[in-house]
Amino acid sequence: MSDAQSLVGLIPRLRRYARALVGDRASADDLVQDTLERAWSKLHLYRHGTDLRAWLFTVMHNVHVNRVRATRPTDPLDDEMPELAQRATQGDGLMVRDLERGIAALPLAQREVLLLVALEDLSYDETARVLGIPIGTVMSRLARAREKLRALMQGKGGTKLQIVK
Amino acid sequence: MSENQPISEAEIQSWADGRLEESRRAELEAWFAAHPEEAERAAAYRELSAQLREHYEPVADEPVPPRLERAAESGSRLRAVALVAGWVALGIAIGSAAGWQLHALQSPVARAEPPVIARRAALAHATYSPEVRHPVEVGADQEQHLVAWLSKRLGGEVRAPKLDGEGMALVGGRLLPRDPGPVAQFMYQCARGRRITLYVRTEGPDHRETAFRYAREGNVRVFYWIDRKFGYALSSADMERDELLKIANVVYRQLNP
Repeated sequence: MSDAQSLVGLIPRLRRYARALVGDRASADDLVQDTLERAWSKLHLYRHGTDLRAWLFTVMHNVHVNRVRATRPTDPLDDEMPELAQRATQGDGLMVRDLERGIAALPLAQREVLLLVALEDLSYDETARVLGIPIGTVMSRLARAREKLRALMQGKGGTKLQIVK
Repeated sequence: MSENQPISEAEIQSWADGRLEESRRAELEAWFAAHPEEAERAAAYRELSAQLREHYEPVADEPVPPRLERAAESGSRLRAVALVAGWVALGIAIGSAAGWQLHALQSPVARAEPPVIARRAALAHATYSPEVRHPVEVGADQEQHLVAWLSKRLGGEVRAPKLDGEGMALVGGRLLPRDPGPVAQFMYQCARGRRITLYVRTEGPDHRETAFRYAREGNVRVFYWIDRKFGYALSSADMERDELLKIANVVYRQLNP
């Protein structure tokens, strides 16, 4: 299979991750497009035979972090700094909105780990490699992300984790 | 539990992800029985993951926007341009007049709509390449006559590249109507019966020479370029893009020795 075909085949999964990472569809697709373009220019760095998808997540991570830095250079990207201000909710109890808001309220570093592990099912090792961090950091960020999300969602309207389909 | 290893937070996370090895899982679940708050917390994590997947899974099933497909494919186009750029460098190095090639670098890399030449070439390919009895008007056994005839009708020296090195033998060619002026189509076939066609037309005096460009019309892939007085389009319905690009490179080199 050619590189182009492999890339085309991975677009749906890149879009899913990007949507959860940045929120709205247009920004997410912009991120995917930038990622694909960057991937082509960096393809010589990709080692054939290794997981192309994991490599693309790395490329996307770099593209996204650079963008966030470029738009708000004064914000540190450390674990405790939320990338987005948490918006007030109307207390409508819509878990779906709360889930999206909760994810958006997580610091980027924690959000990436949570999404790669829980949504994209990458192993802890793979996640560590994608993000270029030690596995211990993966585990601690994962724990913090989950606890924060749980607290955020429990805080809304006093409802506990209920599913809205 | 005192005789067992203490439970770590990382193990609780692993349990929530269903990644804890079997033996340790049993120990952890026994510990959960004695620590209901921790059990509830871990169950909540697991539930959150399920919600996350359920919520975002449909995104992967949405139709892919064309701009992203183009971005995923554009590397092949970039490489095609890089190849032409390589020839430009070679042309300059050996001191040949490389004026036309410089246009290649200035031409836009991507275009939204396949231009007329790509669409017509794809249509002509789709029309004649499935033909069993009459794929061509003049067969390869009369190649000299074919080339002389097409050159005369197109008003310039047309050549049929030799693609035997690529496993493609000339089947023959035909003349196609076009307004203004006629078009030549050469057909090649490999031992397995796969066919490619080279569409050649004369370009008006105001044309711009271009690098390789790629288009897809239905299931027909087309590489096309304009060089000197001719526009070319190489089409195939059963060849992958990279394979077709390789042949397009060979065609190009033969037509520009």
